[in-house]
Amino acid sequence: MVSLTNLGWLLIAVIALALPVFASGYHLYQFSQVLIYAIALLGLNLLTGFNGQISLGHGAFFAIGGYGTAILITKFGVPYWAAIPISSLVCFGAGFLFGFPALRLGGLYLALATFALAVAAPQILSYKGFDNFTGGSQGLQMPKPHAPFGIPLNVDQWIYVVCLICAAALFLVAINLVNGRVGRALIAIRDHPIAAETMGVNAALYKTTCFGVSALFAGVAGGLSAVAVGFVSPDSFGLVLSLSFLVGIVVGGLASISGMIFGALFIEFVPNYADQLSVYFGEGAKALPGAIYGLLLILIMAVAPSGVAGVIRAAVRRLLDAARS
Amino acid sequence: MTSRRTFLQSSAAAAAALATSAWPARAENAPGITDTEIKFGQTEAYSGPASAYGVIGKTEAAYFKMINEMGGVNGRKINFISLDDAYSPPKTVEQTRRLVEQEQVAFIFNGLGTAPNVAVRDYLNQTKIPQLFVATGAATFGDPQHFPWTMGYQPNYQTESKIFGKHILASKPDAKVAILFQNDGFGKDYLAGVKEGLGADHAGMVVKEVSYENGEPTVDSQIVTLQGSGADVFVIAATPKYAAQAIRKSYDVGWNAVRYLTDVSVSIAAVLKPAGLDKAKGLITAAYAKDATDAIWKDDPGLKAFADFIGKYGTANDLRDTNAAYGFNAAILMVEVLKRCGNDLSRENIMRQAANIKDLELPMLLPGVKINTSADNFYPIRSMQLAQFDGENWKNFGDLITA
Amino acid sequence: MEFLHQFASGLALGGIYAIMALALVMIYQATQLVNFAQGEMAMFSTYLAWQMIDSGQPYWLAFIVTVLISFVGGMGIERIVVRPFAKAPILASVIVFIGLSFIFNALAGWLYGYSIQSFDTPFNGRPWFGNVYMSAHESGSVLVTFVVLALVYAFFRFTPLGLALRASAQNPVSARLVGVRVGWMLAMGWGLAAAIGAVAGMMAAPIVYLDPNMMGGILLYAFAGAVLGGIDNPWGAVVGGFVVGVMENIVGAYLVGAEVKLSVALVIIIGVLVVKPSGLFGRRIVARV
Repeated sequence: MVSLTNLGWLLIAVIALALPVFASGYHLYQFSQVLIYAIALLGLNLLTGFNGQISLGHGAFFAIGGYGTAILITKFGVPYWAAIPISSLVCFGAGFLFGFPALRLGGLYLALATFALAVAAPQILSYKGFDNFTGGSQGLQMPKPHAPFGIPLNVDQWIYVVCLICAAALFLVAINLVNGRVGRALIAIRDHPIAAETMGVNAALYKTTCFGVSALFAGVAGGLSAVAVGFVSPDSFGLVLSLSFLVGIVVGGLASISGMIFGALFIEFVPNYADQLSVYFGEGAKALPGAIYGLLLILIMAVAPSGVAGVIRAAVRRLLDAARS
Repeated sequence: MTSRRTFLQSSAAAAAALATSAWPARAENAPGITDTEIKFGQTEAYSGPASAYGVIGKTEAAYFKMINEMGGVNGRKINFISLDDAYSPPKTVEQTRRLVEQEQVAFIFNGLGTAPNVAVRDYLNQTKIPQLFVATGAATFGDPQHFPWTMGYQPNYQTESKIFGKHILASKPDAKVAILFQNDGFGKDYLAGVKEGLGADHAGMVVKEVSYENGEPTVDSQIVTLQGSGADVFVIAATPKYAAQAIRKSYDVGWNAVRYLTDVSVSIAAVLKPAGLDKAKGLITAAYAKDATDAIWKDDPGLKAFADFIGKYGTANDLRDTNAAYGFNAAILMVEVLKRCGNDLSRENIMRQAANIKDLELPMLLPGVKINTSADNFYPIRSMQLAQFDGENWKNFGDLITA
Repeated sequence: MEFLHQFASGLALGGIYAIMALALVMIYQATQLVNFAQGEMAMFSTYLAWQMIDSGQPYWLAFIVTVLISFVGGMGIERIVVRPFAKAPILASVIVFIGLSFIFNALAGWLYGYSIQSFDTPFNGRPWFGNVYMSAHESGSVLVTFVVLALVYAFFRFTPLGLALRASAQNPVSARLVGVRVGWMLAMGWGLAAAIGAVAGMMAAPIVYLDPNMMGGILLYAFAGAVLGGIDNPWGAVVGGFVVGVMENIVGAYLVGAEVKLSVALVIIIGVLVVKPSGLFGRRIVARV
């Protein structure tokens, strides 16, 4: 008996695999971005949704992954399929290290500390002492990867496939983590930290490792993004990125893995729609997309405070109840 | 069986080919070109930290609308699609690809920003799509050898700052120079340019260089530091808000330095008035465009044209916004290039016409500053004029300098 | 005496951070939430004042009317936009605040454009006490910080309304039992915070110039100040604001150079938090197991 959840995943998988056939060029590029964001959101959700540590600074880990990959490719000639894992390991280290002071900081204070990280990241990236590696404000350019072994896929399709493979792998890892001992420990630490400790859960170890793992996810996403865009610069990793990640996990649904796909779709496509909507306000209204986006955020929170995943869960439940009676 | 349209196209193209006889066989009109429409695109920062520049795109859109109301270009209406990239290079790539692949535009015009334009430069050159008149002063955009489809527009920052450096050397050879610069490509280019203008053997003239971040509340602390270095020449490489702060603070702390100001922040109404006209006295700049708020241009026909245009298609704020004048100039240039293409609106010809301009004047450029391009010169504006602020107007001095 | 100069100009800006930090603490004490939109609301209030002054109204009239409008506006926002999310997860409210800040920022850009505007100051003329390090306005704005702090303190300590507000924040259930309209108290808290923010904006604009992006950097430093001083302690927040203002200048001028001063200032704050997690003056929460 196949569970509804598994059916849902199957549906998503089928759509994802079919996309390269129907979408091309620019649209496929957009869906690659969706996959990339989904990976980053998944990482952040592990930390914030499942483990209760609020991070407003995951854009910084995304940036480390992106720049790490770019530097390895351009300055050291490492091929992209090795550069991304290497730089994501660096991110794991950075996240793990950041996890230590984070232990002392609760809720709001942690949010501020990570916010500081997000704000400082572009400044550090454009520090002139690092210019030789980072290319300064001009950034670094990379050639796009081609499909290996003569597989008949063009560049856009190959990048999409790479992102899809990474996303699938990481989603599987996350699902296993969350459904197993580790997941239970994380949730216990989030909801009842003192009780968890008394039960023998090493909160400190779990929390710092969770930080590291979530940074690793963000790093993979950042590396993939660098390769997909073919370019990194300090402007690519501003504060808005970190805020978008937060928006993404809440809109998608905290502590929901499948929700992250919706969150990623939201942050990728909705700003564009806000742009298009503003046209109705006349030529002078080019500044308005921000206001429309803000309004949309508020409306979505009003309608679905537990995110899209919450809405779907509620809808499915109602359907099942109706079916049963 | 040739349709009437292809027949017309080919005869027009043949005529064009005869007219520009140096060039070989005709090319297809670009995507986005029909008998009635010229469609081209732009990425602009309408949101995010650089949103102040969105006025450029807004002004250009209004100008093209005006042209359409006057009949269009050679019988074709302009369809200008300007998309927001929030100054984020990944977004720029996405929007540019959307313009090219979904909207099928003929070319990209006046895209904003150094990093955003670098991000799409390879893509546009590989797909042979003109990346015309990029809205940035970074020196890297006038390189026809490596990027034959990418053309700059405004004088690059290094040109202007080199002029400052040379002027400092010539007028005050024993000067001690302090520099305030924005911590990004624009500011760093300035820093490099000033040093280059001074020359490697005079590098010691720069006694203090201090940066600030776009988004910081104020640069007052930086001014105090710079004054403390004992410098007697102060170069301000800052955007309008910070330039105004720097001008005011340097006066208030009684720092008697000769001050040079980047032409990015040259507007009397938008920068000098808020700083205090008396506090701005003595500022030196190297400009290439007219300041719409400088009374010296009161009866100037170019300014009248701009003011009329803003009166009908803009808002009161736009008159004092240098970005509006910038967009006005650039849009006129674009329309001129399109006019010269006649009926051959292939990408090759558009690029060819853009690279073949001789001594073109634009209404809001300073007298004497002209657009010049050729096959190996992709910097359309290379002349600047030194000017000094006397408390009321910018007064030109010296000759026009062409880099 | 460059050092004194840096110190003085740090004080002036620190006063503004302190006022904003106070507004943040007010809302935090009442709702356990940090209002990310506080800066943009303050900026918008300042534009309203600017519009009045620009159309000929005298400064003090514009000042008072703006403070009143901001008070009412703040109350309105609480009742209409924030209240519906009281029962939702905390992060939902955070997203709402982020949305609010986008809205105010874009509205200001649309209505007023992005060119900077100068803003009047009531403190004109010669620097006070012959102080060459601070302009008259800067000294005046520090004075205003203390006046605001004193007024807020007096309000909370000595008026029945202030008492009711404090009760609602500390123990809403008991407060209700005694007949306090907790809902309206919450709205008042927001109104007060918005009014205080408007004052901060009007004090900041003459120094930093008015434009839609005026408050972004200021809010960041105000956060830092509030957290440094202890987010649940109004006095601490104000001290924190001044400390951050001065530290920012000193660090940037003498320690590491301006291009990383933002990062370094924030690192210092994180460092303090690691050593003293509830801030310099915050209360340590001891929870019963």
